[in-house]
Amino acid sequence: MTIDNLALFDYLCRLGDNTLILGHRLSEWCGVAPVLEEDIALANTALDLIGQTQLWLNLAGQIEQKGRSADDLAMLRDVWDFRNVLLVEQPNGDFGQTMMRQMLFDVWHKQYLSELQHASNADVADIATKAIKEVHYHAERSIEIVISLGDGTEESHTRMQRALDLLWPYVGELFIADEIDIAMHSAGIAPDSDQLQSSYLASTQQILTEATLIVPNGRFSHSGGKNGFRHSEHLGHLLTQMQWLQRAYPGASW
Amino acid sequence: MNPCNADIWDWLTQVPDPEIPVISIVDLGIVRNVRWEDDVLNVALTPTYSGCPATQVIAAQVEAKLRDRGIENLNVTTQLSPAWTTDWLTESGRKKLEQFGIAPPQSKGRPANCPNCGSQHLSKISQFGSTPCKALWRCDDCLEPFDYFKCI
Repeated sequence: MTIDNLALFDYLCRLGDNTLILGHRLSEWCGVAPVLEEDIALANTALDLIGQTQLWLNLAGQIEQKGRSADDLAMLRDVWDFRNVLLVEQPNGDFGQTMMRQMLFDVWHKQYLSELQHASNADVADIATKAIKEVHYHAERSIEIVISLGDGTEESHTRMQRALDLLWPYVGELFIADEIDIAMHSAGIAPDSDQLQSSYLASTQQILTEATLIVPNGRFSHSGGKNGFRHSEHLGHLLTQMQWLQRAYPGASW
Repeated sequence: MNPCNADIWDWLTQVPDPEIPVISIVDLGIVRNVRWEDDVLNVALTPTYSGCPATQVIAAQVEAKLRDRGIENLNVTTQLSPAWTTDWLTESGRKKLEQFGIAPPQSKGRPANCPNCGSQHLSKISQFGSTPCKALWRCDDCLEPFDYFKCI
């Protein structure tokens, strides 16, 4: 692989791992969500994200040229090779916490894909153009729910504020531009992180104000997910479930 | 002698959507291209939603249908771009959906009327329904819940 392809492979794994790990997290709600409609909605969102994962990781495998399929990358890598941000691997908590995590991700995802649609790499642009249509619906729903639960009863408001306090310190990682992001930005693929961050902060501030929630003070941000340097302990536990079949029965197929 | 493209399209209109069998995959607007390359037939399909489990079933059904018709050298591919849009649903597809009880997509993002009684007093129950492509709505007059095919 050329240096550029190495960076592109890593970059595509970041995109695919974000959707994979969040998709898996959401699928954990299947059958146990508070009401049937929300159960179905969460499973549908998970399905969209897993579908997008197939597109990103397939492309990553093609770029890598080692014959690894999307399934190989998803099911046969270990924790240190995952490149998702820490936000998406955080546990579901209660329904409100899940929807807060979802809103914080969806707003970023939608803005990010909207820029990626104009990427210089046609395959990346095609996937982004496809995915953003689905993400539009994810964002619409998670924003609506965060607002109605935040500006809801005393109990729901308290829980949503607690979820925000817990998850907000994970948002910063979405905007840390390391050497891979910078290389991809120079190649005309990745959007500019600083610009993205200011439009993200403006959008989320507006949503959270409407939800009568207060954005925590402080600039501290957890990091170490997207560069694989230090995932939280939660990812390993998630993988033991997600990868169980391929680990117990290597090479099993339908 | 290869069968002509008109015949192929005609055969493909006999392949139903596995989730909504009243409409064919041609009605759904997911057959992008049918093209002969010497004696190999290339059929390009566009996925509706990236995670839709029906996509693989559809590819297998297309293959089975065309093999039934004696086409041996067949190449069914997935084409992502341009991304599928509900604008590609045919007019007859939209009518069939409505007769089946599924409100067809509308550009303003909500169903035009209840597919059961025709009323325009409607409320959204959930942005997501029984399949990725549908939302769940309810008629405020006849009180029947119904699926709405989302606009994407």
